Order: sequence, then C-alpha cells, then structure tokens
Amino acid sequence: MAKAMTKLDAQVLPLSFTLNGRLQELDVEPHELLLDVVRERLGLTGAKRSCDVQVCGACTLLVDGRPVSACTTLAFEVRGRSVLTIEGLAEKDGKLHPLQEAFIEHGGFQCGFCTPGMILAAKALLDENPAPSEAELKHFMHGNICRCTGYKKIIESIMAAAKKMRSGS
Amino acid sequence: MLRRFRLEEPESVAEASELLARLGESAKVYAGGTELLLAMKEGLIQYERLINVKKLKGLSEVAALDGMIKIGALCTHHELEKSSLVQQKLPSLHKLEQNVANVRVRQSGTLGGNLCFAEPHADPGTLLMALGAKLVAEKSSGTREIAAEDFFVDAYETSLQADELLTEIRIPDPTDHSRSAYLKFGYLERPSVGVALAFNLNGGGLSEVKIAVGCAGPAPRRVPEAEALLNGKGREEAERNLAQAGAVAGKASQAITDLHGSQDYKEHIVGVLLKRAFQSAVS
Repeated sequence: MAKAMTKLDAQVLPLSFTLNGRLQELDVEPHELLLDVVRERLGLTGAKRSCDVQVCGACTLLVDGRPVSACTTLAFEVRGRSVLTIEGLAEKDGKLHPLQEAFIEHGGFQCGFCTPGMILAAKALLDENPAPSEAELKHFMHGNICRCTGYKKIIESIMAAAKKMRSGS
Repeated sequence: MLRRFRLEEPESVAEASELLARLGESAKVYAGGTELLLAMKEGLIQYERLINVKKLKGLSEVAALDGMIKIGALCTHHELEKSSLVQQKLPSLHKLEQNVANVRVRQSGTLGGNLCFAEPHADPGTLLMALGAKLVAEKSSGTREIAAEDFFVDAYETSLQADELLTEIRIPDPTDHSRSAYLKFGYLERPSVGVALAFNLNGGGLSEVKIAVGCAGPAPRRVPEAEALLNGKGREEAERNLAQAGAVAGKASQAITDLHGSQDYKEHIVGVLLKRAFQSAVS
C-alpha cells in the first residue's frame, strides 16, 4: 500500500501501432498514458484532458473502432492495434467526414472542447448501428459531456450524419 | 499523472499467482484499469509493479456448461452486453451490463476487475449475490469457489487471498420459473442504491427468494430477513409483504450518509426499488 517506494529504473516497452492509418513505432514506459503519448509526444491535440476519470469523454479515441478514454488507457495497451484520433477522420484530400460536416451544418458545437470526443464516439455508434433511434443515440452518448450546447444540436447533427451516411452521399 | 511502475505480463494463472506471492503488497493485478488507474492517478495508492493479466488464456469466454453459465473474469462489460448467451439466459445481468457507467468504461472494464476492486458503488456484485453466483479463486496450489455473498468483506476489500486470482464467475443456469431484476438509482456518476431480486415463480408461489442490496453502504449484501417475508408465499401475499421487506432491506443495507444521499433517503430508495424490481421480475 502506501509504503515507501524504492526508486525504479525505467522499463522500456517497444510500442508499434497504427495511428490514423500510419504505422507508429516508439518506446514507452508502462505508466505512460495514451492521451499523453498522443498529445505530447505525437503532437495530436484534438483529444482533450478534462475530467481525467473516464466520465466526460473529452479524451475519447477509437481503438480498433471502439471508444476508449485515452486519459485512463496505458499507452502500451494499443500495441498492434489501430488508433483513430479526430485528426485522422477526414479523408486524405481534406474532405470532411459526414459527421464533421453535420456538426458544422447543424451547429453541433460552441466552444468545441468536447467535439473531437463527441464525433469519435458518434462514429463508433454509427459504425455499429447505422440507424440508431434517438434513445439508442442518447444511451450510447451519455458518457460524452458538453457544457455549451444542451445536446439538442449534437443529437440533430448525429442524426443528420447518420441519414447522410445511410444514403451514401 | 501516474508514477512510474514496472509491468509484469504472466502467461499463466500459476505464474501470476507466484508473482503475487513473491511481490506481496508492492504489486497489484491489472486488467481493464478502469478503477485501479483512477486511484493510482489520484495518488491514493501506488505500486511498484502492475501484473497485467490480460494475456492469460481462456478467461474471456462465456459458456453454458454443467448447469451453469460460466463467465471468464476477463470478459469486459461490453462483451457481456453483446453476448447472446447472457442476453438469453440472464436478462437481468444483460440489462445491468448495458448500463454500467458509460460506453468507454464498458469497453475496457472487466467483470472480474469490477468485483475484485470492490468499489462500493459498483453494480454487478449485488445482482450476482441474488443470482446465487459462485466466484472461482485460483492460485498455483489450487482452486476454490467463493459464494458471491462471501466475497465482499468491506469497501475495497474481498475475501481473495493475496496470491489468488478471480478467474471465473459461475451462475446457476436459470429455469423457466426463474425471475430476476436489478434496479439502481442515483443522480451522480455512480449509483446511490442498487437492489437485486431473484426468485422462482412456480404455480403462483415464490421460492428460493434472494434479495441483495448494494451501493448504499460499504459492500453489497444479501438480506435473508427480507427474503423470509417473500419466500414460500403466494404472489399476492408476497406483494403485500413487499413494503415490509423493503423496510427490512433498507435497514440492512448499512446505508451511510454521503454525497450520494442521506442514510434515511437511501433506506427509503431500497424499498422503492425492491417494489419495482418485483414488478419488473414478474412482468
């Protein structure tokens, strides 16, 4: 428990994973968090540290397509896996993902702090369930907190994107 | 911010158990990390080593075998909410798993980790008691079963020995007469009160009634005094006794006054949830 800790030498773990479609190879220590590696070492600052206790969703990243809290995920856990951040969502030519377009069209954000996590969580939902009911959407998204919009426009944005994605346009 | 620790990645339960025996309190088992890493980031606890058990084979399956539903301790909440076996055989557990925390916690958090961390506001332990679950504890020298109601000792404390790992959760296969429900209520991130009820409804009468309450106090617990008010009764008599059973269960919940509500309030909610759980179970 809280007894005096001996000084520990660094333990180096080689980490190889796919980040936004590109192979990344770096060394991490066991205690390094995915959020710090992505933000501080790889320079992708879309995911935000906010509550730090897996409640708010601002640090949401997709690992093999599923949402995780990067603030509470050890970086070594993504070895051999595929990580998507908001920076990797648009197409290579810069064309925005339908969710990104819908959030702009429908005013799905104000300050934008929660938006990367919102959009990635919504992507995970729509990949799994392309035609969610509003109740299913709310259930899936209830762990992503927005303090500006009151959620109405976020729900409208996701529903609009779902419709657009279903029609394939 | 996490302090530096070293990682051990055993390939077998025996190897993990030997590490626990050798390293003692300087090491901790790590699975999903959804509870452990929060406490470590907060600086409340620290370890020189974490023993990652996710490489252990065969602990992520759900199977119906020998009259039981066997759930590997490493099954995540997400895997359980998606399991068709859980959905068909254990609808109350299925519903519980759909509503654990949020989608990210369900993605990483494991059922075994949830039970072993013994956070007082966790859901599964309470329902597992009512479902008559047995928890399998393994170490290098042997295996034993612990009844769910004997597993939780206090807040953050279980009856696992220092070198034991929880490897499986065994739930008796329900029959056509089995009924169960788990309901929770709260207004913060974690529930203030959770109530589980299970019984057999056969020919209009209740038997094998099990009631458990959780979240209100330091650890979930069975309430035999409340069960006795419903057990062996016809459905209507049981329904009439529900208010009394709820009051007894509320008192037995060891509710404490905290941010999640006052003691009186939580005791009252136990009664409300028990009535609703009954309605849900018979419907």
